[in-house]
Amino acid sequence: MIYIDEKLCKGCDICIFICPANVFESSNKLNERGYTIPIPIREDKCIKCHLCELICPELAIHIVDEDGEG
Amino acid sequence: MIDKQQERMERYLRLNIFPTTFCPGCGCGSILNAFIHALDDLDIPPEEVVTVTGIGCSSWIPSPYFKGDVLHTTHGRSIAFATGVKIVKPDMRVVVFGGDGDLIGIGGNHLIHAARRNIDLTVFLVNNFVYGMTGGQVSPTTPYNIQTTTTPYGNVENPFSIAEVIASSGASYVARWTTYHIFQLVRAMKEALQKKGFSFIEIISQCPMNYGRAVKLRSGPKLLKLFREKSINIKEVENLTEEETRDKFIVGTLVNRDKEEFTERLRDAIRRAEER
Amino acid sequence: MKPYERYFEKIKDKKLFLLGNEAVVYGALSAGCNFFAGYPITPSTEIASMMSRELPKVGGYYIQMEDEIASIAAVIGASWAGGKSMTATSGPGFSLMMENIGYACMTETPCVIVDVQRSGPSTGQATKPAQGDVMQSRWGTHGDHEIIVLSPNSVQECFELTVESFNLSETYRTPVILLMDGKVGHLTEQINIPSEIQIVERRKAKEDELPFGGQLIPPMIEIGDRRAVHITGSTHMPDGMRDIESQDVHDRLVRRLYRKIDENRENIVRVEENYEDNARIAVVSYGATARLAFGAVLKARENGIPVDFLRLITIWPFPRDRIRKLGEKVDRIYVPELNLGQISREIERFVDIDVISLSKIGGVHHTVDEIYNAIRGE
Repeated sequence: MIYIDEKLCKGCDICIFICPANVFESSNKLNERGYTIPIPIREDKCIKCHLCELICPELAIHIVDEDGEG
Repeated sequence: MIDKQQERMERYLRLNIFPTTFCPGCGCGSILNAFIHALDDLDIPPEEVVTVTGIGCSSWIPSPYFKGDVLHTTHGRSIAFATGVKIVKPDMRVVVFGGDGDLIGIGGNHLIHAARRNIDLTVFLVNNFVYGMTGGQVSPTTPYNIQTTTTPYGNVENPFSIAEVIASSGASYVARWTTYHIFQLVRAMKEALQKKGFSFIEIISQCPMNYGRAVKLRSGPKLLKLFREKSINIKEVENLTEEETRDKFIVGTLVNRDKEEFTERLRDAIRRAEER
Repeated sequence: MKPYERYFEKIKDKKLFLLGNEAVVYGALSAGCNFFAGYPITPSTEIASMMSRELPKVGGYYIQMEDEIASIAAVIGASWAGGKSMTATSGPGFSLMMENIGYACMTETPCVIVDVQRSGPSTGQATKPAQGDVMQSRWGTHGDHEIIVLSPNSVQECFELTVESFNLSETYRTPVILLMDGKVGHLTEQINIPSEIQIVERRKAKEDELPFGGQLIPPMIEIGDRRAVHITGSTHMPDGMRDIESQDVHDRLVRRLYRKIDENRENIVRVEENYEDNARIAVVSYGATARLAFGAVLKARENGIPVDFLRLITIWPFPRDRIRKLGEKVDRIYVPELNLGQISREIERFVDIDVISLSKIGGVHHTVDEIYNAIRGE
């Protein structure tokens, strides 16, 4: 599961640019500080490379392993 | 449910002061992210790390976010402060963060002398080609002819290739990566943290606000795209002409060698003195 | 027994024939100094070279840095890592250290800076003594701050005041400047090492104590204490976290830094007073100049002129109460010093009587007769 901490996100769109599976899409959704939040609209295509999680400058993206297998 | 990133963040960061103060799309946050990945991968507890910084945006990467010791010093002098810390506390991992203005401009002398001594510091130099905090003035790494707020007719100076300077100054480990190469950067950070002696990574990073304005690429993704397009791996360089490598970012490991380290030599000298 | 106690055991009660600069090293090692970073500069260099020889023998660290800015930076870093650290320099190097001395004030870093003054400004007369750094030692770094500055006038005092500098720096968590002059640094005299000395150890924060506030002089959390200390030269809160926006946070911090020294004046300030009941004039001096000044005072007394003598041992915080009292006792104060009146103008702020500056510059000391003739009114 891809979790975006909307309080931290500054809408820089680096995740949209960097994702090799093109998971993210920009949206009109604003967080409380007025930044537009990306949405992992094609989450089913996620290859779990964790690149977005690692490069996110606000440490706002979490790739959560629901099975707990890591 | 496993949220490895949350565990990492709780282990290494003062989460109560987030979000960061960095501008949207700034590379500094990615470098902080990579740093805690490297520490976590090596299972280095934050208590064993002291981060030392100077003045400038990149000095805010660990200060105050890193949940270990933080020594946030004066402009350009972080490496000299770190030298005092490392000598007295050799078991601490001393990690310096600083920018091109901080570590190459005002603090360039300390940088080359620390490399010459080969003191066991790990230095992450965040090169965004500009003085960001003060609003986009020319720096020692600004490329020729770029218009900044203090070079309105184009930069008439030549930039430093700082990684090569540090390699020739005697450091144990020297690498150059960009924030686009974030996996490679984490790997290099791990190598640097484990290397005895002076370890140095020039991290080419984006300043969408001020450098972005200068080169008309005013977003994180646009600058990352530039880094991707302009980077050449050091292994490929020898097959290329000078023309083909001009104005490119040569990324990879420049130096990785085993050398005697300064604080160990200092302790040897103390043993000799005590025996006398 | 700690290494510095073993060191002191070996030298205590001895009579030694030493250079002033050498006595500084004896004092530093006796006080537990275990880190020295410096850069060669006349007339302080003997301190660095002797440190490079003696410090390793007691397990201490000596490093010659690339400049004086780096030297004071390394000294501050070493102090936060748990060391007792010092540097030594002279005017041009002292000027280079100013920014980081302010950092040490703001971060409340115990450390000792020896400035063996030479004739300035700029390169000036590199080998000649002077007392031109008095005001720089007080106000050289930017922003409001207090500072402790001591001035020895003998080789004996070079030893004693170096020990005291370390003790004051640990007690008040502040940089302390030992303001020598080229003459005292290069003077050779016999000194008596005392049979015991008191050494102040650093106070470390208990679990519920904050390292940058909560009390007038907060205790320290050092680097490596596994307590995530956050040290910054920016305005900060009692826990060390930066807050550069709030007027009240800055006001509280900087006033406390001021108060911790100002309110302890009585515990810090030392002067030497040698008064006569019926004196109507006084001489105030300090450092090597005070030796000649006292010679003139004695000569005046021999010739029937009663003269009071006050020597500043603590220069900053300025011994204003003693000076005020002296100003109520006599009609006139003469102030011989090797500058154009830096202390004499400070004295004027606290007295309503005539203050006569006996300035001398050019690297040559006053003669006893020059001062004596001035006192006589010639």
